[in-house]
Amino acid sequence: MQADIFAKKKRNTLAFLLLLGAVTILAMIITEYNALKGFASIPKAIQWGMANFYPTAESLEKLPVILEKLQETLLVSIAATTAAAVFALLFSIFGSNTTRVNAFFGAITRGIATVFRNIDVAAWALILLFSFGQSALTGYFALFFGSFGFLTRAFTETIDEVSGGSVEALKATGAGYFSIIFQSVIPSSIPQLISWILFMIETNIRSATLIGLLTGSGIGFTFNLYYKSLAYDTASLVVVVIIAAILLIEYASNYVRKVIL
Amino acid sequence: MEVKEQLNNVTAPADHLLGKRMPAKPLNKAAIVTRLTLFILAALTVYAFYSFDYKELDFMDALLGTFANLKTIFLEPHLKHFSFGHALYQVMVTLGLAFLTTLFGAIIAVLFGLLAAENLSSKRVSIVIKSMVAFIRAVPTVLWVLIFAVAAGLGSTAAVIGMTFHSIGYLIKAYSESFEELDRGVIEALQASGANWWQIVFQAVIPSSITYMISWTFLRFEINFAVAVAMGAAAGAGGIGFDMFMASSFYLDMREIGAITYFILAVAITLEVFAARIKRKLNTA
Repeated sequence: MQADIFAKKKRNTLAFLLLLGAVTILAMIITEYNALKGFASIPKAIQWGMANFYPTAESLEKLPVILEKLQETLLVSIAATTAAAVFALLFSIFGSNTTRVNAFFGAITRGIATVFRNIDVAAWALILLFSFGQSALTGYFALFFGSFGFLTRAFTETIDEVSGGSVEALKATGAGYFSIIFQSVIPSSIPQLISWILFMIETNIRSATLIGLLTGSGIGFTFNLYYKSLAYDTASLVVVVIIAAILLIEYASNYVRKVIL
Repeated sequence: MEVKEQLNNVTAPADHLLGKRMPAKPLNKAAIVTRLTLFILAALTVYAFYSFDYKELDFMDALLGTFANLKTIFLEPHLKHFSFGHALYQVMVTLGLAFLTTLFGAIIAVLFGLLAAENLSSKRVSIVIKSMVAFIRAVPTVLWVLIFAVAAGLGSTAAVIGMTFHSIGYLIKAYSESFEELDRGVIEALQASGANWWQIVFQAVIPSSITYMISWTFLRFEINFAVAVAMGAAAGAGGIGFDMFMASSFYLDMREIGAITYFILAVAITLEVFAARIKRKLNTA
Protein backbone atom coordinates (compact mmCIF):
# COMPACT_ATOMS: atom_id res chain seq x y z
CA MET A 1 0.00 0.00 0.00
CA GLN A 2 2.74 2.42 1.04
CA ALA A 3 4.76 1.64 -2.06
CA ASP A 4 1.71 2.32 -4.19
CA ILE A 5 1.38 5.83 -2.85
CA PHE A 6 5.02 6.60 -3.56
CA ALA A 7 4.82 5.07 -7.04
CA LYS A 8 1.72 7.12 -7.78
CA LYS A 9 3.40 10.27 -6.50
CA LYS A 10 6.42 9.58 -8.67
CA ARG A 11 4.22 9.01 -11.72
CA ASN A 12 2.34 12.26 -11.07
CA THR A 13 5.58 14.21 -10.75
CA LEU A 14 6.93 12.64 -13.94
CA ALA A 15 3.73 13.43 -15.86
CA PHE A 16 3.83 17.02 -14.61
CA LEU A 17 7.47 17.44 -15.66
CA LEU A 18 6.79 15.97 -19.11
CA LEU A 19 3.84 18.32 -19.58
CA LEU A 20 5.97 21.26 -18.47
CA GLY A 21 8.71 20.26 -20.92
CA ALA A 22 6.27 19.90 -23.80
CA VAL A 23 4.69 23.31 -23.14
CA THR A 24 8.17 24.86 -22.88
CA ILE A 25 9.22 23.48 -26.25
CA LEU A 26 5.95 24.60 -27.80
CA ALA A 27 6.36 28.07 -26.32
CA MET A 28 9.94 28.29 -27.61
CA ILE A 29 8.79 27.37 -31.12
CA ILE A 30 5.91 29.82 -31.39
CA THR A 31 7.76 32.73 -29.80
CA GLU A 32 10.87 31.98 -31.88
CA TYR A 33 12.93 32.12 -28.73
CA ASN A 34 16.48 30.94 -29.26
CA ALA A 35 17.69 29.42 -25.98
CA LEU A 36 21.38 29.29 -26.92
CA LYS A 37 21.40 32.85 -28.16
CA GLY A 38 19.47 33.89 -25.09
CA PHE A 39 21.94 32.50 -22.60
CA ALA A 40 24.91 33.59 -24.68
CA SER A 41 23.59 37.15 -24.64
CA ILE A 42 23.88 37.48 -20.86
CA PRO A 43 27.71 37.55 -20.69
CA LYS A 44 27.73 39.58 -23.89
CA ALA A 45 25.38 42.14 -22.35
CA ILE A 46 27.51 42.35 -19.21
CA GLN A 47 30.66 42.80 -21.29
CA TRP A 48 29.01 45.50 -23.38
CA GLY A 49 27.62 47.19 -20.27
CA MET A 50 31.07 47.35 -18.68
CA ALA A 51 32.50 48.91 -21.82
CA ASN A 52 29.77 51.38 -22.78
CA PHE A 53 26.93 51.64 -20.31
CA TYR A 54 28.15 54.04 -17.64
CA PRO A 55 27.74 57.79 -17.21
CA THR A 56 30.66 59.92 -18.33
CA ALA A 57 31.60 63.48 -17.40
CA GLU A 58 30.01 64.75 -20.61
CA SER A 59 26.70 63.13 -19.89
CA LEU A 60 26.55 64.82 -16.49
CA GLU A 61 25.83 68.07 -18.31
CA LYS A 62 22.45 66.64 -19.26
CA LEU A 63 21.61 65.95 -15.61
CA PRO A 64 19.40 69.04 -15.04
CA VAL A 65 17.22 68.14 -18.06
CA ILE A 66 16.95 64.53 -16.90
CA LEU A 67 16.04 65.54 -13.35
CA GLU A 68 13.35 67.85 -14.65
CA LYS A 69 11.81 64.97 -16.62
CA LEU A 70 12.15 62.68 -13.62
CA GLN A 71 10.25 65.18 -11.50
CA GLU A 72 7.48 65.28 -14.08
CA THR A 73 7.26 61.47 -14.12
CA LEU A 74 7.23 61.24 -10.32
CA LEU A 75 4.49 63.83 -10.05
CA VAL A 76 2.38 62.10 -12.71
CA SER A 77 2.72 58.77 -10.86
CA ILE A 78 1.82 60.25 -7.48
CA ALA A 79 -1.09 62.33 -8.78
CA ALA A 80 -2.52 59.36 -10.69
CA THR A 81 -2.24 57.11 -7.66
CA THR A 82 -3.89 59.48 -5.18
CA ALA A 83 -6.78 60.32 -7.49
CA ALA A 84 -7.24 56.62 -8.27
CA ALA A 85 -7.14 55.84 -4.55
CA VAL A 86 -10.05 58.20 -3.85
CA PHE A 87 -12.21 56.55 -6.50
CA ALA A 88 -11.01 53.09 -5.50
CA LEU A 89 -12.02 53.73 -1.87
CA LEU A 90 -15.52 54.68 -2.99
CA PHE A 91 -15.82 51.63 -5.24
CA SER A 92 -14.35 49.24 -2.69
CA ILE A 93 -16.81 50.38 -0.02
CA PHE A 94 -19.64 49.66 -2.43
CA GLY A 95 -17.99 46.44 -3.59
CA SER A 96 -16.92 44.91 -0.29
CA ASN A 97 -19.09 42.16 1.12
CA THR A 98 -19.24 43.77 4.57
CA THR A 99 -20.09 47.33 3.57
CA ARG A 100 -21.93 47.11 0.25
CA VAL A 101 -25.39 48.64 -0.07
CA ASN A 102 -26.78 45.54 -1.79
CA ALA A 103 -25.49 42.53 -3.67
CA PHE A 104 -26.42 43.82 -7.13
CA PHE A 105 -24.55 47.11 -6.67
CA GLY A 106 -21.59 45.23 -5.24
CA ALA A 107 -21.33 42.94 -8.24
CA ILE A 108 -21.45 45.87 -10.67
CA THR A 109 -18.70 47.86 -8.94
CA ARG A 110 -16.49 44.77 -8.73
CA GLY A 111 -17.10 44.03 -12.41
CA ILE A 112 -16.06 47.55 -13.44
CA ALA A 113 -12.89 47.24 -11.38
CA THR A 114 -12.09 43.86 -12.97
CA VAL A 115 -12.29 45.33 -16.47
CA PHE A 116 -10.07 48.30 -15.57
CA ARG A 117 -7.54 46.10 -13.82
CA ASN A 118 -7.15 43.58 -16.59
CA ILE A 119 -6.41 46.09 -19.33
CA ASP A 120 -2.71 46.75 -18.87
CA VAL A 121 -1.44 50.32 -18.44
CA ALA A 122 0.46 50.00 -21.73
CA ALA A 123 -2.82 49.16 -23.49
CA TRP A 124 -4.53 52.10 -21.77
CA ALA A 125 -1.71 54.36 -22.95
CA LEU A 126 -2.20 53.27 -26.56
CA ILE A 127 -5.97 53.76 -26.29
CA LEU A 128 -5.66 57.22 -24.73
CA LEU A 129 -2.97 58.34 -27.16
CA PHE A 130 -5.73 59.10 -29.70
CA SER A 131 -7.35 61.88 -27.69
CA PHE A 132 -4.63 63.24 -25.44
CA GLY A 133 -1.68 63.03 -27.80
CA GLN A 134 1.87 63.33 -26.53
CA SER A 135 1.05 65.19 -23.34
CA ALA A 136 1.56 64.24 -19.72
CA LEU A 137 -2.18 63.60 -19.45
CA THR A 138 -2.00 60.45 -21.59
CA GLY A 139 0.32 58.84 -19.09
CA TYR A 140 -1.66 60.29 -16.22
CA PHE A 141 -4.94 58.74 -17.29
CA ALA A 142 -3.34 55.43 -18.28
CA LEU A 143 -1.81 55.14 -14.80
CA PHE A 144 -5.05 56.37 -13.25
CA PHE A 145 -7.18 53.65 -14.87
CA GLY A 146 -4.69 50.89 -14.15
CA SER A 147 -4.20 51.96 -10.51
CA PHE A 148 -7.93 52.38 -10.04
CA GLY A 149 -8.58 48.76 -11.00
CA PHE A 150 -5.75 47.36 -8.88
CA LEU A 151 -6.43 49.51 -5.82
CA THR A 152 -10.14 48.70 -5.86
CA ARG A 153 -9.33 45.01 -5.59
CA ALA A 154 -6.70 45.57 -2.89
CA PHE A 155 -8.93 47.94 -0.89
CA THR A 156 -11.92 45.57 -1.13
CA GLU A 157 -9.87 42.72 0.26
CA THR A 158 -8.49 44.93 3.04
CA ILE A 159 -11.94 46.13 4.07
CA ASP A 160 -13.28 42.57 4.02
CA GLU A 161 -10.42 41.41 6.21
CA VAL A 162 -10.29 44.24 8.71
CA SER A 163 -13.84 45.27 9.38
CA GLY A 164 -16.07 42.20 9.40
CA GLY A 165 -16.68 42.03 13.14
CA SER A 166 -16.76 45.74 13.92
CA VAL A 167 -19.35 46.46 11.24
CA GLU A 168 -21.64 43.81 12.71
CA ALA A 169 -21.11 45.17 16.22
CA LEU A 170 -21.89 48.74 15.17
CA LYS A 171 -24.96 47.63 13.22
CA ALA A 172 -26.21 45.93 16.37
CA THR A 173 -25.90 49.20 18.30
CA GLY A 174 -28.03 50.91 15.66
CA ALA A 175 -25.33 53.07 14.08
CA GLY A 176 -26.15 54.53 10.67
CA TYR A 177 -24.41 53.51 7.44
CA PHE A 178 -22.19 56.59 7.22
CA SER A 179 -21.14 56.52 10.84
CA ILE A 180 -20.16 52.88 10.43
CA ILE A 181 -18.03 53.75 7.40
CA PHE A 182 -16.37 56.85 8.85
CA GLN A 183 -16.02 55.74 12.47
CA SER A 184 -15.03 52.14 11.99
CA VAL A 185 -14.26 50.92 8.47
CA ILE A 186 -11.97 53.71 7.29
CA PRO A 187 -10.06 54.30 10.57
CA SER A 188 -9.36 50.60 11.07
CA SER A 189 -8.20 49.97 7.52
CA ILE A 190 -6.28 53.22 6.86
CA PRO A 191 -2.79 51.83 7.63
CA GLN A 192 -3.31 49.00 5.13
CA LEU A 193 -4.77 51.40 2.59
CA ILE A 194 -1.76 53.72 2.86
CA SER A 195 0.55 50.74 2.48
CA TRP A 196 -1.22 49.78 -0.75
CA ILE A 197 -1.10 53.37 -2.02
CA LEU A 198 2.66 53.54 -1.43
CA PHE A 199 3.12 50.20 -3.21
CA MET A 200 1.09 51.52 -6.14
CA ILE A 201 3.24 54.66 -6.37
CA GLU A 202 6.38 52.51 -6.62
CA THR A 203 4.80 50.36 -9.31
CA ASN A 204 3.52 53.39 -11.19
CA ILE A 205 6.94 54.99 -11.42
CA ARG A 206 8.20 51.86 -13.19
CA SER A 207 5.14 51.78 -15.44
CA ALA A 208 5.49 55.51 -16.13
CA THR A 209 8.88 54.81 -17.71
CA LEU A 210 7.25 52.29 -20.05
CA ILE A 211 4.34 54.59 -20.85
CA GLY A 212 6.79 57.41 -21.50
CA LEU A 213 8.48 55.21 -24.10
CA LEU A 214 5.16 54.51 -25.82
CA THR A 215 3.64 57.98 -25.69
CA GLY A 216 6.70 60.21 -25.90
CA SER A 217 6.62 61.96 -22.55
CA GLY A 218 8.48 61.97 -19.25
CA ILE A 219 11.63 60.11 -18.35
CA GLY A 220 10.84 57.12 -20.60
CA PHE A 221 10.97 59.37 -23.63
CA THR A 222 14.25 60.88 -22.45
CA PHE A 223 15.77 57.40 -22.15
CA ASN A 224 14.47 56.40 -25.57
CA LEU A 225 15.88 59.55 -27.12
CA TYR A 226 19.44 58.89 -25.92
CA TYR A 227 19.14 55.12 -26.44
CA LYS A 228 18.05 55.45 -30.05
CA SER A 229 20.71 58.04 -30.84
CA LEU A 230 23.28 55.57 -29.39
CA ALA A 231 24.29 58.03 -26.64
CA TYR A 232 24.62 55.15 -24.20
CA ASP A 233 26.50 57.14 -21.57
CA THR A 234 23.59 59.56 -21.15
CA ALA A 235 21.05 56.72 -21.36
CA SER A 236 22.86 54.97 -18.51
CA LEU A 237 22.71 58.18 -16.49
CA VAL A 238 18.92 58.14 -16.97
CA VAL A 239 18.83 54.55 -15.67
CA VAL A 240 20.96 55.48 -12.66
CA VAL A 241 18.65 58.39 -11.86
CA ILE A 242 15.56 56.15 -12.13
CA ILE A 243 17.13 53.51 -9.85
CA ALA A 244 18.05 56.15 -7.29
CA ALA A 245 14.53 57.60 -7.33
CA ILE A 246 12.83 54.20 -6.96
CA LEU A 247 15.15 53.04 -4.15
CA LEU A 248 14.62 56.33 -2.33
CA ILE A 249 10.84 56.05 -2.55
CA GLU A 250 11.00 52.39 -1.49
CA TYR A 251 13.04 53.42 1.54
CA ALA A 252 10.59 56.17 2.46
CA SER A 253 7.55 53.93 2.10
CA ASN A 254 9.21 51.13 4.08
CA TYR A 255 9.76 53.62 6.87
CA VAL A 256 6.13 54.76 6.79
CA ARG A 257 4.96 51.13 6.75
CA LYS A 258 7.12 50.24 9.73
CA VAL A 259 5.66 53.08 11.78
CA ILE A 260 1.97 52.78 10.91
CA LEU A 261 1.43 49.03 10.57
CA MET B 1 -44.61 64.25 31.05
CA GLU B 2 -43.08 62.07 33.66
CA VAL B 3 -41.18 60.17 31.05
CA LYS B 4 -39.73 63.35 29.63
CA GLU B 5 -38.55 64.45 33.02
CA GLN B 6 -36.89 61.16 33.57
CA LEU B 7 -35.18 61.42 30.22
CA ASN B 8 -33.89 64.82 31.21
CA ASN B 9 -32.48 63.35 34.35
CA VAL B 10 -30.75 60.63 32.45
CA THR B 11 -29.11 62.97 29.95
CA ALA B 12 -28.22 65.59 32.52
CA PRO B 13 -25.07 63.96 33.91
CA ALA B 14 -23.71 63.62 30.41
CA ASP B 15 -23.94 67.38 29.84
CA HIS B 16 -21.06 68.39 32.01
CA LEU B 17 -18.84 65.90 30.24
CA LEU B 18 -19.53 67.48 26.87
CA GLY B 19 -17.55 70.56 27.72
CA LYS B 20 -14.23 68.77 28.16
CA ARG B 21 -14.46 65.73 25.99
CA MET B 22 -11.52 63.39 26.06
CA PRO B 23 -9.77 63.10 22.74
CA ALA B 24 -11.08 59.98 21.03
CA LYS B 25 -7.61 58.83 20.08
CA PRO B 26 -4.35 60.09 21.56
CA LEU B 27 -1.99 61.44 18.94
CA ASN B 28 0.83 58.93 18.76
CA LYS B 29 3.66 58.52 16.27
CA ALA B 30 1.65 56.25 13.96
CA ALA B 31 -1.21 58.74 13.76
CA ILE B 32 1.17 61.61 13.03
CA VAL B 33 2.94 59.71 10.26
CA THR B 34 -0.40 58.62 8.78
CA ARG B 35 -1.64 62.21 8.62
CA LEU B 36 1.67 63.52 7.37
CA THR B 37 1.77 60.92 4.58
CA LEU B 38 -1.74 61.74 3.47
CA PHE B 39 -1.01 65.46 3.60
CA ILE B 40 2.22 65.15 1.58
CA LEU B 41 0.50 63.00 -1.05
CA ALA B 42 -2.38 65.48 -1.32
CA ALA B 43 0.00 68.44 -1.60
CA LEU B 44 2.11 66.73 -4.27
CA THR B 45 -1.04 65.88 -6.23
CA VAL B 46 -2.22 69.49 -6.24
CA TYR B 47 1.26 70.65 -7.26
CA ALA B 48 1.36 67.99 -9.99
CA PHE B 49 -1.84 69.21 -11.58
CA TYR B 50 -0.52 72.75 -11.42
CA SER B 51 2.79 71.86 -13.05
CA PHE B 52 1.64 69.50 -15.83
CA ASP B 53 2.74 70.32 -19.33
CA TYR B 54 -0.69 70.40 -20.97
CA LYS B 55 0.72 71.44 -24.38
CA GLU B 56 -2.24 73.75 -25.02
CA LEU B 57 -4.57 70.83 -24.76
CA ASP B 58 -8.21 71.76 -24.22
CA PHE B 59 -9.03 69.47 -21.33
CA MET B 60 -12.79 69.32 -21.79
CA ASP B 61 -12.43 68.79 -25.53
CA ALA B 62 -9.99 65.96 -25.01
CA LEU B 63 -12.16 64.38 -22.33
CA LEU B 64 -15.26 64.44 -24.51
CA GLY B 65 -13.13 63.17 -27.38
CA THR B 66 -11.95 60.32 -25.19
CA PHE B 67 -15.49 59.28 -24.38
CA ALA B 68 -16.38 59.33 -28.08
CA ASN B 69 -13.23 57.32 -28.83
CA LEU B 70 -13.90 54.83 -26.07
CA LYS B 71 -17.36 54.32 -27.51
CA THR B 72 -15.89 53.62 -30.95
CA ILE B 73 -13.18 51.39 -29.51
CA PHE B 74 -15.36 49.21 -27.35
CA LEU B 75 -18.68 49.19 -29.19
CA GLU B 76 -17.53 48.91 -32.81
CA PRO B 77 -14.47 46.68 -32.77
CA HIS B 78 -13.26 45.06 -35.99
CA LEU B 79 -10.18 43.36 -37.39
CA LYS B 80 -8.85 44.82 -40.60
CA HIS B 81 -5.12 44.23 -40.89
CA PHE B 82 -5.14 40.62 -39.75
CA SER B 83 -7.59 37.76 -39.28
CA PHE B 84 -9.15 36.29 -36.18
CA GLY B 85 -6.88 33.25 -36.43
CA HIS B 86 -3.80 35.43 -36.65
CA ALA B 87 -4.90 37.36 -33.57
CA LEU B 88 -5.42 34.12 -31.69
CA TYR B 89 -1.95 32.96 -32.72
CA GLN B 90 -0.43 36.25 -31.52
CA VAL B 91 -2.18 35.83 -28.18
CA MET B 92 -0.54 32.40 -27.97
CA VAL B 93 2.84 33.99 -28.71
CA THR B 94 2.33 36.47 -25.87
CA LEU B 95 1.27 33.67 -23.54
CA GLY B 96 4.36 31.72 -24.65
CA LEU B 97 6.62 34.65 -23.75
CA ALA B 98 4.94 34.91 -20.36
CA PHE B 99 5.30 31.16 -19.80
CA LEU B 100 9.00 31.03 -20.68
CA THR B 101 9.87 33.99 -18.48
CA THR B 102 7.90 32.60 -15.57
CA LEU B 103 9.48 29.16 -15.91
CA PHE B 104 13.07 30.42 -16.19
CA GLY B 105 12.41 32.92 -13.42
CA ALA B 106 10.94 30.28 -11.12
CA ILE B 107 13.80 27.80 -11.60
CA ILE B 108 16.49 30.38 -10.91
CA ALA B 109 14.49 31.99 -8.10
CA VAL B 110 14.10 28.72 -6.17
CA LEU B 111 17.87 28.40 -5.96
CA PHE B 112 18.49 32.01 -4.98
CA GLY B 113 15.41 32.06 -2.77
CA LEU B 114 16.93 29.26 -0.67
CA LEU B 115 20.14 31.25 -0.35
CA ALA B 116 18.23 34.43 0.46
CA ALA B 117 16.21 32.83 3.27
CA GLU B 118 17.92 33.73 6.52
CA ASN B 119 17.14 30.43 8.23
CA LEU B 120 18.72 28.37 5.44
CA SER B 121 21.88 30.33 4.71
CA SER B 122 24.08 32.82 6.47
CA LYS B 123 22.97 36.34 7.23
CA ARG B 124 25.65 37.82 5.00
CA VAL B 125 24.67 35.83 1.90
CA SER B 126 21.04 36.70 2.53
CA ILE B 127 21.76 40.43 2.68
CA VAL B 128 23.88 40.33 -0.50
CA ILE B 129 21.14 38.54 -2.46
CA LYS B 130 18.38 40.72 -1.06
CA SER B 131 20.16 43.92 -2.06
CA MET B 132 20.78 42.49 -5.53
CA VAL B 133 17.05 41.80 -5.77
CA ALA B 134 16.27 45.38 -4.72
CA PHE B 135 18.56 46.63 -7.48
CA ILE B 136 17.05 44.32 -10.14
CA ARG B 137 13.55 45.38 -9.18
CA ALA B 138 14.41 49.08 -9.23
CA VAL B 139 15.19 49.01 -12.96
CA PRO B 140 11.95 48.99 -14.97
CA THR B 141 11.45 45.82 -17.05
CA VAL B 142 11.42 47.70 -20.32
CA LEU B 143 14.90 49.06 -19.60
CA TRP B 144 16.23 45.54 -18.90
CA VAL B 145 14.79 44.39 -22.21
CA LEU B 146 16.27 47.30 -24.13
CA ILE B 147 19.67 46.83 -22.47
CA PHE B 148 19.72 43.14 -23.45
CA ALA B 149 18.47 44.06 -26.91
CA VAL B 150 21.80 45.75 -27.60
CA ALA B 151 23.59 42.42 -27.12
CA ALA B 152 20.97 39.98 -28.47
CA GLY B 153 19.18 42.14 -31.03
CA LEU B 154 15.63 43.43 -30.72
CA GLY B 155 13.20 40.54 -30.56
CA SER B 156 11.75 37.76 -28.45
CA THR B 157 15.16 36.54 -27.19
CA ALA B 158 16.08 39.87 -25.61
CA ALA B 159 12.54 40.24 -24.29
CA VAL B 160 12.54 36.86 -22.55
CA ILE B 161 15.92 37.47 -20.93
CA GLY B 162 15.01 41.00 -19.85
CA MET B 163 11.62 39.97 -18.49
CA THR B 164 13.15 36.96 -16.72
CA PHE B 165 15.37 39.33 -14.73
CA HIS B 166 12.39 41.02 -13.19
CA SER B 167 10.57 37.74 -12.55
CA ILE B 168 13.64 36.39 -10.75
CA GLY B 169 13.75 39.43 -8.49
CA TYR B 170 10.05 39.22 -7.71
CA LEU B 171 9.99 35.46 -7.10
CA ILE B 172 13.17 35.42 -4.96
CA LYS B 173 11.46 37.88 -2.65
CA ALA B 174 8.22 35.88 -2.53
CA TYR B 175 9.90 32.46 -2.16
CA SER B 176 12.44 33.49 0.46
CA GLU B 177 9.72 35.08 2.58
CA SER B 178 7.68 31.87 2.55
CA PHE B 179 10.83 29.80 3.30
CA GLU B 180 11.54 32.03 6.27
CA GLU B 181 8.11 31.29 7.72
CA LEU B 182 9.14 27.68 8.33
CA ASP B 183 9.40 26.82 12.01
CA ARG B 184 12.96 26.99 13.31
CA GLY B 185 12.35 23.75 15.26
CA VAL B 186 11.74 21.68 12.13
CA ILE B 187 15.15 22.57 10.70
CA GLU B 188 16.86 21.99 14.05
CA ALA B 189 15.20 18.59 14.43
CA LEU B 190 16.34 17.52 10.98
CA GLN B 191 19.85 18.83 11.60
CA ALA B 192 19.98 16.91 14.88
CA SER B 193 18.98 13.73 13.10
CA GLY B 194 21.91 14.22 10.74
CA ALA B 195 20.14 15.40 7.61
CA ASN B 196 22.26 17.42 5.22
CA TRP B 197 21.28 20.75 3.66
CA TRP B 198 19.73 19.27 0.51
CA GLN B 199 17.69 16.80 2.52
CA ILE B 200 16.36 19.59 4.72
CA VAL B 201 15.43 21.61 1.64
CA PHE B 202 13.69 18.81 -0.23
CA GLN B 203 12.04 17.04 2.69
CA ALA B 204 10.97 19.99 4.85
CA VAL B 205 11.33 23.43 3.32
CA ILE B 206 9.89 22.95 -0.15
CA PRO B 207 7.02 20.60 0.79
CA SER B 208 5.82 22.98 3.49
CA SER B 209 5.87 26.08 1.29
CA ILE B 210 4.88 24.54 -2.05
CA THR B 211 1.32 25.94 -1.92
CA TYR B 212 2.59 29.49 -1.45
CA MET B 213 5.15 28.97 -4.18
CA ILE B 214 2.55 27.77 -6.67
CA SER B 215 0.18 30.63 -6.01
CA TRP B 216 2.98 33.23 -6.18
CA THR B 217 4.32 31.70 -9.40
CA PHE B 218 0.91 31.75 -11.01
CA LEU B 219 0.42 35.34 -9.89
CA ARG B 220 3.72 36.17 -11.58
CA PHE B 221 2.49 34.40 -14.73
CA GLU B 222 -0.53 36.71 -14.73
CA ILE B 223 1.74 39.73 -14.34
CA ASN B 224 4.09 38.42 -17.02
CA PHE B 225 1.24 38.19 -19.50
CA ALA B 226 0.54 41.90 -19.03
CA VAL B 227 4.27 42.66 -19.19
CA ALA B 228 4.61 40.59 -22.38
CA VAL B 229 1.84 42.65 -24.00
CA ALA B 230 3.66 45.82 -23.01
CA MET B 231 7.04 44.52 -24.23
CA GLY B 232 5.48 43.60 -27.56
CA ALA B 233 4.39 47.20 -27.89
CA ALA B 234 7.50 48.93 -26.54
CA ALA B 235 10.42 46.63 -27.25
CA GLY B 236 9.55 44.61 -30.35
CA ALA B 237 8.97 41.32 -28.54
CA GLY B 238 6.17 40.34 -30.93
CA GLY B 239 2.81 38.92 -29.99
CA ILE B 240 -0.49 40.74 -29.57
CA GLY B 241 1.20 43.77 -28.00
CA PHE B 242 3.07 44.48 -31.22
CA ASP B 243 -0.17 44.35 -33.22
CA MET B 244 -1.70 46.76 -30.75
CA PHE B 245 1.23 49.13 -31.12
CA MET B 246 0.93 48.98 -34.92
CA ALA B 247 -2.83 49.62 -34.79
CA SER B 248 -2.30 52.58 -32.49
CA SER B 249 0.77 54.25 -33.95
CA PHE B 250 0.81 53.29 -37.64
CA TYR B 251 -2.70 52.45 -38.86
CA LEU B 252 -4.41 54.77 -36.32
CA ASP B 253 -7.23 52.23 -36.34
CA MET B 254 -9.25 52.62 -33.16
CA ARG B 255 -11.66 49.79 -33.90
CA GLU B 256 -8.83 47.32 -34.30
CA ILE B 257 -7.46 48.46 -30.92
CA GLY B 258 -10.89 47.67 -29.48
CA ALA B 259 -10.82 44.14 -30.90
CA ILE B 260 -7.28 43.55 -29.58
CA THR B 261 -8.25 44.94 -26.17
CA TYR B 262 -11.07 42.41 -26.01
CA PHE B 263 -8.60 39.61 -26.74
CA ILE B 264 -6.27 40.77 -23.97
CA LEU B 265 -9.15 41.25 -21.56
CA ALA B 266 -10.51 37.76 -22.25
CA VAL B 267 -7.15 36.09 -21.56
CA ALA B 268 -6.42 38.20 -18.49
CA ILE B 269 -9.81 37.52 -16.89
CA THR B 270 -9.50 33.80 -17.67
CA LEU B 271 -6.11 33.74 -15.96
CA GLU B 272 -7.49 35.59 -12.95
CA VAL B 273 -10.41 33.19 -12.54
CA PHE B 274 -8.02 30.27 -12.92
CA ALA B 275 -5.68 31.74 -10.31
CA ALA B 276 -8.54 32.22 -7.86
CA ARG B 277 -9.56 28.59 -8.39
CA ILE B 278 -6.01 27.29 -7.81
CA LYS B 279 -5.76 29.39 -4.66
CA ARG B 280 -9.03 28.03 -3.30
CA LYS B 281 -8.06 24.45 -4.12
CA LEU B 282 -4.67 24.84 -2.44
CA ASN B 283 -6.20 26.44 0.63
CA THR B 284 -8.68 23.60 1.12
CA ALA B 285 -6.19 20.84 0.33
